[in-house]
Amino acid sequence: MRSVGLVAPQSMHFAEPLPLRSGASLADYTLVYETYGTLNADASNAVLVCHALNASHHVAGEHADQPNSTGWWDNLVGPGKPLDTERFFVIGVNNPGSCFGSTGPMHLNPATGQPYGADFPVVTVEDWVDAQARLISRLGIQQLAAVVGGSLGGMQALAWTLRHTDRVRHCVAVATAPNLSAQNIAFNEVARRAIVTDPDFHGGHFYAHGVIPKRGLRVARMIGHITYLSDDSMEAKFGRELREAELGYSTQDIEFQIESYLRYQGDKFSEYFDANTYLLITRALDYFDPARAHGDDLTAAFKVARDKKFLVVSFTTDWRFSPARSREIVKALVDNKVEVSYAEIDAPHGHDAFLLEDPRYHGVMRAYFDRIL
Amino acid sequence: MSERKDLEVIAQLVPQGSRVLDLGCGTGELLAYLQNTRGCTGYGVELADENVLACAQRGVNVIQLNLEEGLQLFEDRSFDVVLQLETLQHLRNTENMLRETARVGRIGIVSFPNFAHWVNRMAILRGRMPVTRALPYEWYDTPNIRVGTYKDFEVLARKNGLEVIDSFGLQSGEVIRRWPNLRASVAVFKFERT
Repeated sequence: MRSVGLVAPQSMHFAEPLPLRSGASLADYTLVYETYGTLNADASNAVLVCHALNASHHVAGEHADQPNSTGWWDNLVGPGKPLDTERFFVIGVNNPGSCFGSTGPMHLNPATGQPYGADFPVVTVEDWVDAQARLISRLGIQQLAAVVGGSLGGMQALAWTLRHTDRVRHCVAVATAPNLSAQNIAFNEVARRAIVTDPDFHGGHFYAHGVIPKRGLRVARMIGHITYLSDDSMEAKFGRELREAELGYSTQDIEFQIESYLRYQGDKFSEYFDANTYLLITRALDYFDPARAHGDDLTAAFKVARDKKFLVVSFTTDWRFSPARSREIVKALVDNKVEVSYAEIDAPHGHDAFLLEDPRYHGVMRAYFDRIL
Repeated sequence: MSERKDLEVIAQLVPQGSRVLDLGCGTGELLAYLQNTRGCTGYGVELADENVLACAQRGVNVIQLNLEEGLQLFEDRSFDVVLQLETLQHLRNTENMLRETARVGRIGIVSFPNFAHWVNRMAILRGRMPVTRALPYEWYDTPNIRVGTYKDFEVLARKNGLEVIDSFGLQSGEVIRRWPNLRASVAVFKFERT
């Protein structure tokens, strides 16, 4: 399958402060984004792709002179792919608070002249969606043909239909949930404690000390990674396989292949991800709960999205964002007589399945997008 | 083309502009027909991946669910019509499904192979299980785990407090109203909760 090829990120500066749900505001910020395909004459073919925890605006294609820089959803987005860039104008935006270019904790706080660090305001899914809406406006797009996302990105896609309901026609929400369960918040809290208790964290102002709380980031990534995989896929990939032929009778050496894999993932992550961003993004996940303002009635929350059309997708082995949670979304939509299709894909890969290329999953995505324009 | 005729006969039972839930909707052919010719809206429910895909390609709203798990996704009386065509015979919990159908819809329409069709009776008389167009499987590989007759359904409907508004047989696309239990390979019932 062809790729969109070489792409270059662009950035857009916003002088007008962005009011945030917390009551604070983000002054003087920049959003980094990429686009693929061509916006048509009446600007009716735009699709926004929302990213999850550790991804960015770089959805598809490659960056020049950077090996292994393929975008995170390149298998879905491109010419002839399910989200076909020959028909759609696809936009990826890096959310504020992230560490991939848009204004985030490592940037200078205009109020102090120092990096924000822990002082970066707490941002929510709704705040991100508002920031994206401003960028979409500046690109000359009044209404998106669709907004699509998986996991935390799926929450943003849902939030679009609730907050900017006149500005989107279709919502594609993959492997997501109407809010996080207690167990899910618990995993996030373990990850945050790992970071915050790292002696190199310095209360979030580690930049000034010239250190990075890598130990905390590693552990945070390890716990996250476990929850993104299914028991079966871990068993199939690693089982009880040892690195050496025999047990080493050590307590601290890497003996099992799964240990080696998790440490490798943790090391890699700690090299590129920002600790404050991890705290911010997991908090945004915890806070998302559109039913809360409606007495925990999700059906009431989706009332405003009545004339939107939805595709909801879940994966049977995803225990972090289980099919039961997606069905809650579907039920709220059905209760409101909203046009919705729901696919429950029997894939073995756990939560990570949303990033992989499964013919049943991509088949349904393609069929849905094919009928949008 | 009796299948197409069957579809048209069933479609005529669905009031214009109804909100429809089609349980076991297959490739979404009937729902698409109802949307296009009778101004209906609603959803299909399917379990098979290939059918879910076919519905999505056709532009029919489809919800992938296992009917054996019930219809918790749908509120009481939230549909004008709930269709259950050639589906009932595949379900383990047939009676519960029928009750769920009656709970969710104002009107229920079911169809299933009529085991008392004379052709089947002849096969049994000869000492063999029938293999016909309506029951095309051998006894050892059939997905039809519930075999019942036109008359059996009348009894089940009564037991569950369902009032049959209309019922007939279908044979090669023709509506059979005289001795349907003997003359028709497919039974069709339209009912509501009393």
